[in-house]
This record gives sequence, structure tokens and C-alpha cells, in this order.
Amino acid sequence: MINNKFFGRRRSEPTRPVPPGQYLEDGFPVLSAGPTPRVDLATWDLSISIGGSTVGTWNWESLNALPQTDIHTDIHCVTKWSKQDTDWRGVTIDTLLADAGVETPTGFVMAGCEGGYTTNVPVPDVLEGKGLLVHTYDNEPLAPEHGGPVRLLIPHLYLWKSAKWIRSLTFMDQDAPGFWERYGYHMYGDPWREQRYTND
Amino acid sequence: MSEIEPGKKWQIATVTSVRKESPRVKLFALNLAETTPHRAGQYYDIRLTAPDGYQTQRSYSVSSSVVHSDSIELAIELINDGEVSSYFHDVVSSGDQIEVRGPIGGHFTLSPNYSKPVLLIAGGSGIAPIMSMIRSKRDAANASPTALLFSFRTEADFLFRSELVDQVKTNVGFHLLPVVTRTAARENSSGILSFGRINRDSILSAIVSLTGNAGSPASGYPQSLPARAYVCGGSGFVEAMGNHLLDIGMGLHDIRTERFGP
Ligand SMILES: Cc1cc2nc3c(=O)[nH]c(=O)nc-3n(C[C@H](O)[C@H](O)[C@H](O)COP(=O)(O)OP(=O)(O)OC[C@H]3O[C@@H](n4cnc5c(N)ncnc54)[C@H](O)[C@@H]3O)c2cc1C
Repeated sequence: MINNKFFGRRRSEPTRPVPPGQYLEDGFPVLSAGPTPRVDLATWDLSISIGGSTVGTWNWESLNALPQTDIHTDIHCVTKWSKQDTDWRGVTIDTLLADAGVETPTGFVMAGCEGGYTTNVPVPDVLEGKGLLVHTYDNEPLAPEHGGPVRLLIPHLYLWKSAKWIRSLTFMDQDAPGFWERYGYHMYGDPWREQRYTND
Repeated sequence: MSEIEPGKKWQIATVTSVRKESPRVKLFALNLAETTPHRAGQYYDIRLTAPDGYQTQRSYSVSSSVVHSDSIELAIELINDGEVSSYFHDVVSSGDQIEVRGPIGGHFTLSPNYSKPVLLIAGGSGIAPIMSMIRSKRDAANASPTALLFSFRTEADFLFRSELVDQVKTNVGFHLLPVVTRTAARENSSGILSFGRINRDSILSAIVSLTGNAGSPASGYPQSLPARAYVCGGSGFVEAMGNHLLDIGMGLHDIRTERFGP
């Protein structure tokens, strides 16, 4: 339906199109289900498990010792804002899997976070540079409220899939809903197909 | 899943009343054709479409009680240069139609029958989903301990004032702690307000009102904490409150947040 007296205030003209229902935001809003957890870098680690067994664990130093990847990308939050031209640095999931010396898994991966937040993603969506563990935003250490010290980044999906305060990646054969997905958010979450909620 | 989840389809709602609640907040009553009972704390998505096809969406929390499902109330704050909030404030009037879908959200919700002590913290229009929680508990005749710490700019921004004050009088379990952040008008204000910003001390006094237990002043940790806290408002406000609650020893899982803006 048309709202006759609505003309919109297209604030900044997008340099590239934004996904349907999204608006451009210059700031960097925060979305999380709870307060920002306190993460101690001295005890922080990230583990990867495949088929129930742990295949690799990295602490802050060993993560930083791996080859680093810079990525320039747009991000899209399900709460309707998109942000273009963001810069991140981190380690691709491909690099982590290679460092662990394992064969590329198939199926699905569940990201697990400090505080118990989880989110599910198909494995191909985190391979070939599409998924990274990032620790630097705009050349600065990633702020705690934005997921620092380390968050997942999968920019082609809605941002809730880019789990903050990440601690584990669990590869599994079958898909299973994570935290928001159990509340009716979409299992896949493609912003270009506007997959916000179940059945979108 | 093949079944269409109820309430997640776009529908056209009719605005049945518009009321100015404060200089910056208007209350909109929306009548829904397709009704799905909401849970206290949930929100609706709103979609506006311009004559040239341009569309934009925003989310707004339901402020009304869960007992009313065919009509919902939204409390919308006017944001300067805000695309959607200014449309609601400047254009929308009774009888207008608006495209909506919902109710949405599941973590920031409170059951009307929840019986353990609960601490509610709202900043400005962040009162909206919390008002639904308070009204729903009231309509369920649930007088279990509930404290509301409510921060707003000036006395004129004290949303739902008479209804909240009325709750204090009629519900022994309900405790109201309003905090005015702009302290200039302190002189000619009424007794229940305090001034400044919500800090650790105001949170501790809210907890004392909830649990009747001051804990050991030396440690600053109250001996009994609320079972749950709900915090809603602007992002900076929610961040600060979350940190206070962690500081006084509440667990990450017992604190639920909703962030409205940057
Ligand atoms: C789950 C959820 C529930 C919400 N519930 C409510 C509600 O019940 N009532 C309500 O009033 N709002 C609520 N909001 C906020 C609402 O969705 C819009 O973001 C808000 O109305 C601003 O939209 P706008 O189009 O008017 O402004 P925009 O055109 O989007 O923004 C204009 C400018 O104002 C800034 N801005 C945006 N929001 C705020 C803010 N809150 N404070 C200060 N500056 C801001 C923007 O960064 C931008 O620079 C909710 C948001 C979420 C995510």
C-alpha cells in the first residue's frame, strides 16, 4: 500500500544499492540480546570442532600469528540499518581450517559465543573468504560492544549471523537453529531476499 | 517449515487514535484485522511506501497490555530529521492506514505471571516495551515484586506518569523510581522524582525496594539480586546499565536488553 504523504528522507544517497527494507546508517548501532560480556584476552580462546571432536584451539597470540586478511564490505542489520564501506581485519575460516590441518568440512556450522549466544550458518557461506574472525575495525581494535575482542564476520548475511564475542565453531552434519533462529528469525538470513523471519 | 507463522505477514492496520503523551512522544492505537496475541516486550515492523515506490521500515515496541490483541499501542518518540518518526508525528492521524507485521522478538519478553523479583530499567521511549510488561502483570493481577527505574530528560518527559503513579498506589509489589537527567527544573518539581543519572546507587536502592535487603554496604553487592533485569533505551544507556548490573554481580543470562537507537 502507498502512504500518500510519505516521501522519504533519503539521507545519504547510497553509492551502491541497499537491500530491500534497509536504510543507510552513518553511525554504528549496537544490537545484542544482553549486556556486553567481559572477555579476558589472557584466557580467551577459540576452538573448532568437527563431528564432535576438537580439531584446533587458538589463543589471542596464535590467532594473531596466522596470516591476516583485510576486507572492505557492506553490512546489513536485521533491525533495518545498513552500513557501506566498512573495513575489517582478521583471519579467514579457510586459514583456520588449514592451520588445523583438516579436510574442508561440509554441512553446517554453529558459532558459539561468550554468554551462550549461538547462530547457525551453512558451511559454504563461511568458506572461500566469505567468513572471517575479525579483531580490527577501521584500523582500531574491535570495541567490546561491537563484539571485540573477536567476532565472526559473514557480511553477505544479516549481521546477527556475524556472532559477537565468538569462542567456538562447531561443524555439524544437520542444520539446527541458533539463539535468534529459535525465536523465529530466518535460518539463512539473506538480506537481498529479505529473509528476516521464518518463512520470509 | 511449511506452515506460515502467524503474525509474520504484512497487514494493513488502521490508526484509531493519536495522543500526545509528552512534547516528544505520541501514542498511536492501531487496530489489526489479523490478530496474534503479543508477548509483553515484543515489537512490530512498520513499512512506509512513498508514491514513487520508495520503501523504508522501522521497528516499534508494543506498549499496551497483552490482554488487548486486536488493538495495539505504540509509543513513538520524535527523532530530529527522523524519516519514520517524523512521518508519524507530522502526518499520521486517526483513520490512517499503516502497513505492519508482527509481533516479533522473543528474548526481550516477560510473562505476565512471572513471580520472581524483576528489575525494569527504561531510558526515555525505552519505556514502551516495559510498559507492556507492567500493564500485563497488572492485568494478570500479579503483584510480585517489580521495580521500575525510569530515566528521562525533564519532568515533561515522564511518560505514562499518572498510570505508573496509580500502580504504586494500587499494587503493593510495584516500586517506581523516576530519575530526571536534566536537573535545572529541580525546584518546582514534585516529591517522587530524583535527579541526575541512574548509577550504581540508584540501582542498589531499586534492588532494596524489590528484595528488602541492603546487603553488605562494604562490598557494594546486595545479598539478594533480582531474578531478572530488563533494560531498554538508547544504545549508550543500555550499555551503561548493563555494565552496572554486571558490576553488582548479576549474571549475564539474567539481564535482557533492547536497544532502540545508535
Ligand atoms: C526492536 C526495536 C524496537 C523499537 N521500539 C521503539 C519504540 O517503541 N519507540 C520508539 O520511539 N522507537 C523505537 N525504536 C526505534 C525506531 O525503530 C527508529 O529507529 C526510530 O524511530 C528512529 O527512526 P527514524 O526513521 O525516525 O529516524 P532515522 O531517519 O532512522 O534517523 C535519523 C537520525 O537520528 C538518529 N537516531 C535514530 N534513532 C535514534 C534515537 N532513538 N535516538 C537518537 N537518535 C536516533 C539516526 O542515527 C539518524 O542520524 C525501536 C527500535 C528497535 C530496533
